[in-house]
Amino acid sequence: MSCAGCVATVEEALQKAPGVSVASVNFAEHTADVNGEADVEALIKAVEAAGYEAAELKGSDEEAQEKEAAELTYYRQLLKKSAVAAVVGVPLFVMGLFGAMPGMSGSGRLFWLVVAALSLFVLIYSGGRFFSGAWKSFKNHNANMDTLIALGTGTAWAYSMLITLIPDLVPEQARHVYFEAAVIIIALINFGSALEMRARGKTSEAIKRLIGLQPKTARVMRDGQELDVPIEQVGLDDTLRLRPGEKIAVDGVIIDGHTRVDESMLTGEPMPVEKQIGDEVVGGTINKSGSVLFRATRIGKDTALAQIIEMVRQAQNSKPAIGRLVDKIAAVFVPTVLIIAVLTFMVWFNFGPEPKAAYVLVTTMTVLIIACPCALGLATPISIMVGVGKAAEFGVLIRNGEALQRAGQLTTVVLDKTGTVTEGLPAVTELISVAGDQSELLRLAASLEVGSEHPLAEAIVSAAKQRGLELKSVQNFSAMAGHGVSGELDGQQVLLGNRKLMSDEQIDISEHTELAQSLATQAQTPMYLAVAGRYAGIVAVADPVKQDSKTAIERLHLAGLKVVMLTGDNVATAQAVAKQVGVDEVMAEVLPEDKANKVAELQRHGEVVAMVGDGINDAPALARADVGFAIGTGTDVAIESADITLMRGSLHGVADAIAISKATLSNIKQNLFGAFIYNSLGIPVAAGVLFPFTGLLLNPVIAGAAMAMSSVTVVSNANRLRMFKPRGAQS
Amino acid sequence: MANLLALLLIGFIVWWFWLAKPSRRKAVTDSIDVIVDGGVYTPAVIEVTQDKPVILNFIRRDASPCAEKVIFAEMDVSADLPLDQEKKLELNPHQKGEFDFTCQMGMYRGKLIVK
Repeated sequence: MSCAGCVATVEEALQKAPGVSVASVNFAEHTADVNGEADVEALIKAVEAAGYEAAELKGSDEEAQEKEAAELTYYRQLLKKSAVAAVVGVPLFVMGLFGAMPGMSGSGRLFWLVVAALSLFVLIYSGGRFFSGAWKSFKNHNANMDTLIALGTGTAWAYSMLITLIPDLVPEQARHVYFEAAVIIIALINFGSALEMRARGKTSEAIKRLIGLQPKTARVMRDGQELDVPIEQVGLDDTLRLRPGEKIAVDGVIIDGHTRVDESMLTGEPMPVEKQIGDEVVGGTINKSGSVLFRATRIGKDTALAQIIEMVRQAQNSKPAIGRLVDKIAAVFVPTVLIIAVLTFMVWFNFGPEPKAAYVLVTTMTVLIIACPCALGLATPISIMVGVGKAAEFGVLIRNGEALQRAGQLTTVVLDKTGTVTEGLPAVTELISVAGDQSELLRLAASLEVGSEHPLAEAIVSAAKQRGLELKSVQNFSAMAGHGVSGELDGQQVLLGNRKLMSDEQIDISEHTELAQSLATQAQTPMYLAVAGRYAGIVAVADPVKQDSKTAIERLHLAGLKVVMLTGDNVATAQAVAKQVGVDEVMAEVLPEDKANKVAELQRHGEVVAMVGDGINDAPALARADVGFAIGTGTDVAIESADITLMRGSLHGVADAIAISKATLSNIKQNLFGAFIYNSLGIPVAAGVLFPFTGLLLNPVIAGAAMAMSSVTVVSNANRLRMFKPRGAQS
Repeated sequence: MANLLALLLIGFIVWWFWLAKPSRRKAVTDSIDVIVDGGVYTPAVIEVTQDKPVILNFIRRDASPCAEKVIFAEMDVSADLPLDQEKKLELNPHQKGEFDFTCQMGMYRGKLIVK
């Protein structure tokens, strides 16, 4: 469809199809939503008859099954092609080994003509794709693996055919034919491709597991009845029935009943979470106990799970800097090998011993066959695929390959305190009133904070509500970032904030300075209240440290990283928390806008810095850092400012991400080293550099086997990452 | 004679693969089908306009796993290509220049020219 006019044409075509009650076409998405009882094939035909193309929109699960089926078919084709080539090539190879090959005269010539025809059939049937691919690439000024295989085997066959037809063209000792080499090389390369394909299937297991979390059907309420429908047919705002033990089909909000939901696949939290009316449920999680009704709020590609799958898929396809450098080499690799092959020809032609023609052919063909651009091209992306998938298993969503590479190079990790090191759920712990009325002190503080979104404010308001205190209405409310809040209650100016605010407003808090200090050393945050310019008391709030923060920070230390904690909180409270969890350095009383500057300051001192925060308040600092980690809550997948999102809300995710990054980078380097060494040793040996010293030349069949196995080796090495488990990981 | 031919062949390889640019470019205004088959994207050079969204319909005919992904590395865009099906990739290029798109191994190569 190219214009809005097409929308009307397609809609009209669909409406006329039998069984269609309503059809609506979305131009932006190029999709049509059809209601009724029509056959999918009939709908596709109706659209095609109107002059457009159409296909059924499938779910990820169905797509994955189709992909697997197509891969299996192709795998079998490869094996069949390999077997056909082997049936022709192996007997010839064995005959050659035992010197049982006939000569070129008399019936021998006939034998070779039959072999030539059979090997031509193999080249066309089993190796045709290499020749057609090479030709198409050539026309596009491109050269790839097909070019090398087609040239190598094609030259061998053409030379052998020439010898068979006009043996007198070359001296008698050079009248050796290479039909069997061409055919066996085709067999080996097809077999290698089949093995590689099998190994590659395993690299995308992480995505398959994520897709497997999606149920295939959902029970939808339609016209007062409960119907089981394919998940693709669930619409926005549909009401769905959820029974105990079922997987939740799409994201939604509970509208009837209550239950407990196992969200461990997203949050890592093993205990089921209570859900009641108004609570959100997430697709892919498991309903444990009650039967509830919920309204679908996010469907299809908008669900949290679909976004996770898409993010992992995109990251798996992305390339880090190291991969882009290799791409540049891969882009010039094949033409370079072609030039080396021509140079090999020239050297053997000018300086080689007799029979020159045979030596020239063997060395040139072997150079073309042994060179393997695929091993080089696969080295990075295949490891990234496995590494990103492995990270997702640990609840770590990596945005791209670049972030994965940088995470392995970090030297310093900066942690935001609230919600990162601590639970982010502060509670009021102490009320110290100058006048002795704790309730009034809390009421004033809560009345002032009711308009604030700060986590500490929420704690104060919540404490007042728990005590049943009636809040006053506030006028002229103002929040001063990094200081506190102010407003008017009953016509009086009320201030609530830290020591800096009191000092700026010249309010004397000396009465409780020591007490406040003592609270702070117990990791409580003292907030001073002043009414009409006079100090009124302290509201202390504490945010408990997450249970696993200390062990996660120990893991970061073991990985050789410096850990810095950054907070807007006062020095004493920050130091108390720092002491509990064992960070190396504390930066306290940092204004939100200064967090990014602190990160930049560390970078200026040569540190490669990770910033770990909530992804919203810390967005500038996350963006400034070399790697920004956002601690999510399971469903906050698309945190734009973050390079890496930790779904499970634990600092262990940072240590896991770094360990997986290092393992992946090391795997990439092994692959690249292997691929470079293979090519840079293999090509000269194939060209015959050892011949002057040893008198030995590489057999082209051995070169074909080496080439076929080099890609398999790279993929198999990447697959080793699937077994990797970061040391000290929690899951 | 053979040496001269070999030198000419080297010259041809350098010219054909590195110096000569494919003359066939396809200018796109709204959408275009890109066939993925036999080691090449057809068309392999696609010309689009800056800040104007276009849809590239990739149709993969090659069953080899090499062809299963298309990656616009510099644009951070990629897609998995199902076999014998259309895969729409919507692009809205904001930056002028030439951007390669390749398969995962860099063997399939195409170029998106943003003008």
